[in-house]
Amino acid sequence: MSGATSQLAAHLSSSLTRFEGRLATRDSGLVKTAVLAVSLAFFAVFIFLPLVLVFAEAFRKGWDTYIAALADPDAVSAIRLTLLAAAIAVPLNLVFGISAAWAIARFEFRGRQFLITLIDLPFSVSPVVAGLVYVLIFGAHGWFGSWLQAYDIDIIFAVPGIVLATIFVTFPFVARELIPLMQSQGREEEEAAIILGASGWQTFWRVTLPNVKWALLYGVILCNARAMGEFGAVSVVSGHIRGETNTMPLHVEILYNEYQFAAAFAVASLLALLALVTLALKAYVEWQAARNVAKDSEG
Amino acid sequence: MSIAIEHVVKSFGTFRALDDVSLALPRGELVALLGPSGCGKTTLLRIVAGLESADAGRILIDGQDATGKHVRERQVGFVFQHYALFRHMSVFENIAFGLRVKPRRERPTEAEIHRRVHKLLDLVQLGWLKDRSPAQLSGGQRQRIALARALAVEPQVLLLDEPFGALDAKVRKELRRWLRRLHDELHISSVFVTHDQEEALEVADRIVLMNKGRIEQVGTPHQIYQEPATSFAYSFIGNVNTFRGKIEGAFLRVGDDLLPHFQCNFAEGEPVVGYARPHDTEIVADTQETAGVAARINRVLTSGGTSRVELVANGPERGGAKDYFEVEIGSEDLSRLALANGQRVRLKSRRLSLFRDQA
Repeated sequence: MSGATSQLAAHLSSSLTRFEGRLATRDSGLVKTAVLAVSLAFFAVFIFLPLVLVFAEAFRKGWDTYIAALADPDAVSAIRLTLLAAAIAVPLNLVFGISAAWAIARFEFRGRQFLITLIDLPFSVSPVVAGLVYVLIFGAHGWFGSWLQAYDIDIIFAVPGIVLATIFVTFPFVARELIPLMQSQGREEEEAAIILGASGWQTFWRVTLPNVKWALLYGVILCNARAMGEFGAVSVVSGHIRGETNTMPLHVEILYNEYQFAAAFAVASLLALLALVTLALKAYVEWQAARNVAKDSEG
Repeated sequence: MSIAIEHVVKSFGTFRALDDVSLALPRGELVALLGPSGCGKTTLLRIVAGLESADAGRILIDGQDATGKHVRERQVGFVFQHYALFRHMSVFENIAFGLRVKPRRERPTEAEIHRRVHKLLDLVQLGWLKDRSPAQLSGGQRQRIALARALAVEPQVLLLDEPFGALDAKVRKELRRWLRRLHDELHISSVFVTHDQEEALEVADRIVLMNKGRIEQVGTPHQIYQEPATSFAYSFIGNVNTFRGKIEGAFLRVGDDLLPHFQCNFAEGEPVVGYARPHDTEIVADTQETAGVAARINRVLTSGGTSRVELVANGPERGGAKDYFEVEIGSEDLSRLALANGQRVRLKSRRLSLFRDQA
């Protein structure tokens, strides 16, 4: 009862921000309106309008053309490849992210700081460079090129290359979400679990994982969005073979270059839809996580 | 269960946290590991629990070598300073955790788990909180739940790391009385770490006083307070007046003054430090008196039957530094002496303990 009341009170007081609540930092109405107008106008022109246009263009020639563009065998193959790449990259990066975060948050070891920096590398390097690196390693003239040819294994200009490039660019998402959280939570709950007789697995499943689940989910959602939307790195290693090595973003580009605007926008609208679903999921996860934090800080 | 610690050594890098510590704790006692922060007391507790491994030495629990035993086989209960309750579980599930993670063969039935958790909730008198999450509890409640959780697996030994350190003064006082009562009911061998001498003196059967990775003294609270064995024990426990000087016959020469002492195992001229409790220190107002350390009355604080007199000494022989002293005297003696602020007096001690001066 008192919990509910205090929550309500917190909610009411939070409708006025910290800044508005104080006379000294309260801005004039003019400033408020101006700042709000600028950001809303910016949002409308650069974000909202393009998004609306994508859907408008996609449906300009009617529902039938839209369906036909998506049912096209090449489009279906691109969608399938995109889903496949994400289905492989996301779980792998999930496992990698958890283990890297665990190692960094829980152990002191030589090169720890270096590993943290390294995890950010895919964010700081241009995706094109990432693609080129894979070509250099696995391409026909690359380090392992002749060896791979001898065993008849295709990586570059084939599905494995696309999966590798996707893994590379989506590598940091999960780990970056988990590291700060696990560092702030510390080891004590895990120590308590072990003293109470829990095995390593039991401790992980019953204590570690539940404590980071929202951050983990958040990382996975972002990772998935990037995996499906990646263009640069995938473009370099793909070879653009229709029906074989085209992902959705690559397929959109090809259609556009061939002046098939309606079809291009139809596939693009699918990607945009995916982005919207991702955003909705992300908002939901954030809301859930915030609710949990509120519950934690109560009392 | 009895706990024996034999020649335990532990270093963190170049810092020696524990330096050849040996200690035998008989069963059923509530023991306090007392010392200033950084003295190694928490490290020792964690080594006994198995959360930390010793560089050398061994731990015997009930006569059996536990050094190679994994934490989960040692049958110890551990209560953390910051509780470490599982934040995503209810109070009930927190307490039930130790029972639920048991291997299937040893795991109690659901009904049995319920019975035992409720019994523990009754023990800590918090049954009405069983469905709350840890975040909804006060600090004192969290600590009691943490204790119930530790007791759920029926440990042989209960270890508590600064159990009341994060609580405010009032709750702290209540909880330590409660812990003492609980221990008298359960008689489980318990060790708690604290830096608060009052807490140790009030709660423990036995105090292990530690400093700089070594054990200074082991004894009952009475022994620790009344018969400090080392220079550190004197200065750490209770209030004490310190006199530094050299042995000169039946006197201790402190600066220009001569303080009479009663025992002497020291050679003439040896630098020593003398300690006297405030209630063993007396004020001599007679200006004709030549023995005793000269000081000025700084403040007189009267409360109840006894009064505390604060004195200050500063002279050229102290190189400008001020020494403060404290004397506890009965109100009658105080009115007989008729002390005034700033008055010059001399201090003597009825009971002066001398130690070799390490400084």
